[in-house]
Amino acid sequence: MSGHLITVFVPRDSAALSVGADAVAAAIRAEASSRGLPLRIVRNGSRGMLYLEPLVEVETPEGRVAYGPVTPADVPGLFDAGFLTGGTHALGHGLTEEIPYFKKQERLTFARCGIIDPLSVEDYRAHGGFRGLENALAMTQADIVKMVTDSGLRGRGGAGFPTGIKWNTVMQAKADEKFVCCNADEGDSGTFADRMIIEGDPFCLIEGMTIAAIAVGATSGYVYMRSEYPHATATLRHAIKLAYDEGWLGDNIHGTDRTFHLDVRVGAGAYICGEETAMLESLEGKRGMVRAKPPLPALEGLFGKPTVVNNVLSLCSVPIILDKGGAYYRDFGVGRSRGTLPFQLAGNLRQGGIVEKAFGITLHELLYDFGGGTITGRPIRAVQVGGPLGAYLPPSQFDLPKDYEAFAAQDAMVGHGGIVVFDDSVDMAQQARFAMEFCVAESCGKCTPCRIGSTRGMETLDKIIAGKNVDANLDLLADLCDVMVDGSLCAMGGMTPYPVRSAVKHFPEDFRKKQHAVRVTHIAAE
Amino acid sequence: MTIVEDNRHLRGALLPILHALQEEFGYIDEQAIPLLATELNLSRADVHGVVSFYHEFRREKPGRHIIKVCRAEACQSMGANALVDHIKTRLQVDFHGTTADGAFTLEPVFCLGNCALSPAVMIDENLHGRVSLDRFDELAAETRANPTAHQQIPRALSHSHKGHAQ
Repeated sequence: MSGHLITVFVPRDSAALSVGADAVAAAIRAEASSRGLPLRIVRNGSRGMLYLEPLVEVETPEGRVAYGPVTPADVPGLFDAGFLTGGTHALGHGLTEEIPYFKKQERLTFARCGIIDPLSVEDYRAHGGFRGLENALAMTQADIVKMVTDSGLRGRGGAGFPTGIKWNTVMQAKADEKFVCCNADEGDSGTFADRMIIEGDPFCLIEGMTIAAIAVGATSGYVYMRSEYPHATATLRHAIKLAYDEGWLGDNIHGTDRTFHLDVRVGAGAYICGEETAMLESLEGKRGMVRAKPPLPALEGLFGKPTVVNNVLSLCSVPIILDKGGAYYRDFGVGRSRGTLPFQLAGNLRQGGIVEKAFGITLHELLYDFGGGTITGRPIRAVQVGGPLGAYLPPSQFDLPKDYEAFAAQDAMVGHGGIVVFDDSVDMAQQARFAMEFCVAESCGKCTPCRIGSTRGMETLDKIIAGKNVDANLDLLADLCDVMVDGSLCAMGGMTPYPVRSAVKHFPEDFRKKQHAVRVTHIAAE
Repeated sequence: MTIVEDNRHLRGALLPILHALQEEFGYIDEQAIPLLATELNLSRADVHGVVSFYHEFRREKPGRHIIKVCRAEACQSMGANALVDHIKTRLQVDFHGTTADGAFTLEPVFCLGNCALSPAVMIDENLHGRVSLDRFDELAAETRANPTAHQQIPRALSHSHKGHAQ
C-alpha cells in the first residue's frame, strides 16, 4: 500500500449495507474523482456501532477518524469540511477508538472486526491472524485441548457447555473419520454476532475450526449457514477459497502433516436446525429432525462419526486463546463464566450494536450506558434475553449480572447474548402468544409436548387474551408449560415456556386486560 | 439434470441440489421430486419430506422479486406488525402470495440478523434496515422500476467458491 494515499473505510457488513453503505462508498468515489483527489476505499466489516452506520472512517496519522451515520447527500459536505484529513463536521465523532461505546469494550473475539479488510489474508496476518494456528501446528492434540479447557471457554451458542471437555471427548474417540461442524444457524431474534464476524473477520472462524480439527484429529468440516444470510455466506465462501490458495486449508497445511478440508452448507429457513442434532440431520441432507441423546454428537455425530459441533463465537474465540494462552482469556469474566461475550443490543434502543464485554456486566449497564435507552424515548418495560426461547425480564431485574449461573437461577438464560428491548407500548400477553406461535411454526414435530403443546398453548392464550375463563386458563397454561419443559426432547419445546411463564409472572396485568374490560362493560350494563 | 451431476459427489447432496434448483427455477417443481428420488436412490417420500420441511423451499413459481419481511421479536419491538399489515395492504397479497402483476412474492421470515436496525426487510438478496412504511413504498417502487436490482449480490447459495460481491 502506498504511504501517501489516503485510506477511507466504508463497511460491507450487511447491517451497514441495509442503510445504504454501498451508495455512500459510490458517492465518496465519485466525489473524490471529480475533485481529483486520489484515495483508497477499503470495505471493512462493521465496528459494531450499528446506530452510526454507515460509519465512514478515514486513516489519519493520529488514528482512524469516524463519521456517521453518513448518507450520499452528506458526502460533498464531508469533502468540504476536509474529512480526508480528519476535519470537523457535524457527523464527526473524533477518533473511532475513543468513542466511549467502543472504548469501554473488551474486544477479544471481535478484536479485528471492522478494522481489517475481511478478505485480505495479508491484513489478517498483520493483525495477529493465524498466530494461534501456527502455535497449534507445533503442539500435541492433548496440549491444544488442555489450553482450551484451561481458558474456561464455554459454548457461546447458548448452552454454555465447556468447549475443552467436548473437544476432549472427540479427541479420545476412536474412528476412521471425524468432523468439525460450525453451527452458524443464528436464528434467534436479537442476535447478529455470528453474521457480523463472518462478514467482518471470516478467517478467524476458518482458523478456529482448523485448530479444532487439529486438536481432535478431524480432517473435514462444515459451516452450516442460514439461507437468510446470503452476504455472509458469499463472504465466507470467498474467504475459504483464499485460505485454500494460501495453504491455510487443504492437504498438508503449511508443509505440516495436518489436513483439514472445509465447506459451507446452507440451511433452508428452519429455526430448529440451530439445535445441534437437527443441524447434523440437515447437513446429511435430511429433514432437520432432532435426534434423541445419547449418543452424543461427540461420539456419533455427522454421518455417525465423532463430531465437534460448536457455535461461531466459540470457534472464533479459539485463535486468541491459542495465541495468548488459556490464562489470558480466563482472566476475563466472573465465577464459572470466563472470558468475554459479544452482547447484541437489539430492538427498541437508541444505540444498538455489538458490545463485547467480560461476563459480569449488568443488563442495566448494557441497556443504558451503552444502549442509551429506547429510540422511541419511552421507558423500557421488558427485555427478552437469549432469543425467542429466553425469558422476558422487567426493570426490577436489570441489575442481574450477565453470568450463566446467575441467569439460570432466575429461570432466564444468557444464551447467545442477544438482548431485545421493548418500550411500554408492548402487550406482554401478545408476546407470550407469539412465543407459542413461533414454536408451532418451528417445531420439528418429533416429540408431542412441543408439536401439540405449542398449538394448545397458543389456543389457550387466545382465550386468555379474549377474557374467557382467565383464571382457569392461566392454570391450564401453567400446567401445559410444565409438561413442555419436562417432556420435550430439546430446548425448542423445553424452553418455549420460558418467555411465556416470565411474561405471566412479571406482567400479570397484561393477561387480564380484556377480563377487566368485560367486567367493566358488565357492570355498566347493570 | 446438470445440477444433479454438479452436486452428486457431495455428501448429503439433497439440500445443495434443492437450493441449486430453486436458484435456477425460483421454486421446486413437483416433477423434480420423483426425478431426484431416482437419481439419489431415495424414496419419493424422503425427497418430498425434505422439500416440505424447510420454509425456504417454494412449491410454486414466485414473482420476479421476493420480499421477505421479518416477524421476529426485535422487529416487533420497532413496529414490524404494523409494517406487515401495511405491506399486505399495499401489495394486496397475504404471506406466500404473489402480486397480480407478478412483480412480488411476499414471505414471512424469522430474523434477518439486522436486529439493531429494525424493522428489517430483504428484497431478493438485499437487506434493508429501519424500514418505515414510507421507506417500504420507496423500495418497492425502486425494485419495480429496476428489473436487475436483485442481481447486485451474486447468487450466494449455490455450491461454489466464487460468490463474492465486487
